[in-house]
Amino acid sequence: MKRFFLFALIAVGLSGCTGDNWGWYVVDPGTPNGKSNLTFLISGAWNTIVLSLTAIAISVVVGLLVALPGLSEKRGLRWFNRIYVECVRSVPILVLILWVYYGLPALSGITLNVFWAGVLALALSDSAFQAEIFRAGIQSIGRGQYEAAQSVSLNYRDTMRYIILPQAIRRILPALGNQLVYMMKMSSLVSVIGMQELTRKANELVVTEYRPLEIYTILVLEYLVLILIVSQGVRWLERRMNVSEG
Amino acid sequence: MECMMQSGSQAPVIKMNGVSKFFGDFQALKNVSLDVAEGERLVVCGPSGSGKSTLIRCINRLEKHEKGEIDVEGIRLNDSPAALDAIRQNVGMVFQQFNLFPHLSVMDNLTLGPMRAYGLTKAVAQARAMKYLERVRIPDQAEKLPRQLSGGQQQRVAIARSLCMEPKILLFDEPTSALDPEMINEVLEVMVELAETGMTMIVVTHEMGFARKVADRMVFMDEGEIVEVAEPEQFFTAPKSDRCRDFLQKIINH
Ligand SMILES: Nc1ncnc2c1ncn2[C@@H]1O[C@H](COP(=O)(O)OP(=O)(O)OP(=O)(O)O)[C@@H](O)[C@H]1O
Ligand SMILES: [Mg+2]
Repeated sequence: MKRFFLFALIAVGLSGCTGDNWGWYVVDPGTPNGKSNLTFLISGAWNTIVLSLTAIAISVVVGLLVALPGLSEKRGLRWFNRIYVECVRSVPILVLILWVYYGLPALSGITLNVFWAGVLALALSDSAFQAEIFRAGIQSIGRGQYEAAQSVSLNYRDTMRYIILPQAIRRILPALGNQLVYMMKMSSLVSVIGMQELTRKANELVVTEYRPLEIYTILVLEYLVLILIVSQGVRWLERRMNVSEG
Repeated sequence: MECMMQSGSQAPVIKMNGVSKFFGDFQALKNVSLDVAEGERLVVCGPSGSGKSTLIRCINRLEKHEKGEIDVEGIRLNDSPAALDAIRQNVGMVFQQFNLFPHLSVMDNLTLGPMRAYGLTKAVAQARAMKYLERVRIPDQAEKLPRQLSGGQQQRVAIARSLCMEPKILLFDEPTSALDPEMINEVLEVMVELAETGMTMIVVTHEMGFARKVADRMVFMDEGEIVEVAEPEQFFTAPKSDRCRDFLQKIINH
């Protein structure tokens, strides 16, 4: 039912797209030029996907590594967690991207290509949120699970690996899914340093074709489709994992 | 109010001497001393908040005591990780809320500890798990998830999980309090059988029928103190302290 409304909405939207202001020929797959334009626009999808997935993979790992000290009994470790989260969270992603790409080489001599600069900036920024999500997820697991793990002689690492994290991850899966969607959208910002992803392709085509309305509409639809697919994937994963939830 | 009981001729497997435990300003254990002999079955009772759980949780160091000494199997409980490992391997614990691992099958609940802590191979750990699942009479539930079992079955899995570590001492913290009445007996039966094997057991429970049947000694606690330690016969018929008498009256007449 929900899906029907969604399609109805898109259909109505598109039917409004046939007035005088529109020039769909730029992306008409029936014409050679339109077809090549369309291929050009869609060709950015791969980079958007790889960029987002790489960044989220890194940010999940870093987020977890930052979350664990936040749960420690040692005050110094908890401080490390707080400072990391607060600092990273307060830098706008766009600023972080610019800083990593243009600033970091000057500072450290390490030059990253646009892809890795983008990945690093996105991952860094997201890791602060991941850390908070993991911390909340781990804290939601009751004391009894730790005590039971201790009573069968599991050490800290095994307790986390086999008992706490598998349960915590099931609980935070929806939040991780949101974060992935967020990441896909934020990856559009990496276009400013020249990353050839969806948004960059659209911008480049607008410059040559002069049809911003149609091209950006296609861009909107591209993100919409991509993110609907990702959300469905996350749902599917949630259902699958909940089958074995206790 | 301090109470010391020497038990039997052998060296005690648990020696608690002048143990105090604080939660902030609140003193949950007050200068508690208690010896437990090998193979002995102790039943601990007392009103809510009297420190029963705290007492047994100090024995496997789920809680750290602040004063006094606790020796388990000759090992002094302190912050040393080696001592902690030794204690946790020697002392098993069964919880009121079972605390099974909900995301793991019954079999995995039972084999995880032996495989990770003792380095047993999967095959050996599984064989051991089956042996103890048979002991608690649910060998056919091995592949199920905990939530697919009844409360009584879950608690028996928890007992089997402890047994898989082959501990010398088993602690029970109100193992039947979270169960529906019709399931209490199946768990108590397993515990009675366990007592017959000569396992050293400390059981916090208000199941006085069980206590009469298996206890070598009864321990009555109130307000963080051990008020009375006595053999069941004497404990039930002629308790020495008023506090104990009042308590027994309440739980027997309730
Ligand atoms: N982690 C804790 N923090 C603060 N106070 C605690 C904590 N654990 C126990 N206490 C307090 O210590 C006292 C003894 O608690 P304990 O759980 O040992 O009692 P109990 O005899 O097992 O009671 P019950 O029959 O209700 O299980 C109680 O007053 C309790 O409120
Ligand atoms: Mg208790």
